[in-house]
Amino acid sequence: MKLNRILKTIFLAEFVSAFFIAIKEIFKRKKTINYPHEKGKISPRFRGEHALRRYPNGEERCIACKLCEAVCPAQAITIESKEREDGSRKTTRYDIDMLKCIYCGLCQESCPVDAIVQGPNFEFATETREELYYNKEKLLDNGDRWESVLEKNIKLDKIYR
Amino acid sequence: MQYLNILIQELYKIFFLIIPILVSVALIVWLDRRVWGFVQKRRGPNIVGPFGLFQTLADALKYIFKEIIIPASANKIIFILAPIVTMTLALVAWAVIPLSEDLVLSNINIGILYLFAVSSLGVYGIIMGGWASNSKYPFLGSIRSAAQMVSYEVSIGIIIINVLLCVGSLNLTDIVLAQKNIWFVIPLFPMFVIFFISALAETNRPPFDLPEAEAELVAGYQTEYSGMMYAMFWLGEYANILLMCAMGSILFLGGWLPPLEIYPLDIIPAPIWMVLKILFLFFLFSIVKAIVPRYRYDQLMKLGWKIFLPFSLLYVVLTASFLFYFDMLPTKDFG
Repeated sequence: MKLNRILKTIFLAEFVSAFFIAIKEIFKRKKTINYPHEKGKISPRFRGEHALRRYPNGEERCIACKLCEAVCPAQAITIESKEREDGSRKTTRYDIDMLKCIYCGLCQESCPVDAIVQGPNFEFATETREELYYNKEKLLDNGDRWESVLEKNIKLDKIYR
Repeated sequence: MQYLNILIQELYKIFFLIIPILVSVALIVWLDRRVWGFVQKRRGPNIVGPFGLFQTLADALKYIFKEIIIPASANKIIFILAPIVTMTLALVAWAVIPLSEDLVLSNINIGILYLFAVSSLGVYGIIMGGWASNSKYPFLGSIRSAAQMVSYEVSIGIIIINVLLCVGSLNLTDIVLAQKNIWFVIPLFPMFVIFFISALAETNRPPFDLPEAEAELVAGYQTEYSGMMYAMFWLGEYANILLMCAMGSILFLGGWLPPLEIYPLDIIPAPIWMVLKILFLFFLFSIVKAIVPRYRYDQLMKLGWKIFLPFSLLYVVLTASFLFYFDMLPTKDFG
């Protein structure tokens, strides 16, 4: 046993075998991707940038129940609401401080009408803090932009809920 | 006027030696990172230029435009001098490296001694940098580095004696020409292995990169350096690695000689063989970086003093007695 080990040390046996393993690894498929050009797959349940959705007829889904505001552990959401002329309750203000948000997904879990959702977008870095204080306009705009993906993801995830 | 002419001629030659070296250092940094990445199944730098070849250039540009911070308590003159010394010494040694029989800046008759002396001086840059920083980590790093480089220089020196015994000349061109029949890597294979490992230690490469062990010493002697001064440190480091590869290929792999003097091999120009051998050795250097974990400091010292030194001494005795007994001692006058 001891002699075996000494011989192995003298002839650098482990180094030589590691060398050949390394050579073999060089020609194997790479595990990394060229990030900005190709992107990894993300789950439909991915919790990225927030969006406020609309009904197909263009009406906002949000009914200003403020469940998300209440459940938010980081208290990142601020909602103000008012009754509209047709009697429906709608938000006049829906702000999310994306810097406070911890992306836990509780807001979209609590929403009874699937209005606030977290989309698949994770590339919304900005150059200033102010740009990350999202208001209702920005969130609705996000919703319009990502609607097709959001709808598909909700459908895909529905069976697990 | 005559002197001026000579001066300009020499400067012209030096210019054409230094520019290719700096370019190849840049490429070799890229190769190093790429091989390292490939072994770990990453892609490595591949964005800047074709295959990411200009990555080092981009890095260098970044370093040039960064601020140079000199610590308030640092010894300013020595602090600034240290990277300059490192890089100058790494480049100066290239003066005697022959790329082919007549493609050498200065063919001095004690070339190997000069090479050995200059590469030994390399430790000064590191000690100066570590000491002048006036801070704990750089100081510890430079102490380690000094001890390490001094220990491994001893065994490199004795390995060189082995080769010199077979050659009978200190001139690098003679050393290569003496390998016309058989490369020294075959009769002196154990010495080649020890030379390679000592060269790793000499240039502070993994697994002997204790002076800059990032887990314990931040970046060792480079901790307080920033901007171009830091870049000069690593330029010098890689130029040194390249130098060690060149030294290895001259001493053991037959320099610019083709492996066999047969038709398709001997029409390839000599400098290309030299470059190929340097690249091969460097590839080994970079693959070692990817596969070997770092040594502990006491293991490093034990390896240097208790194993390599006695073994290479013993091999000197063996080589000498073999050559003497079979009457193969080189007595030819190389002129």
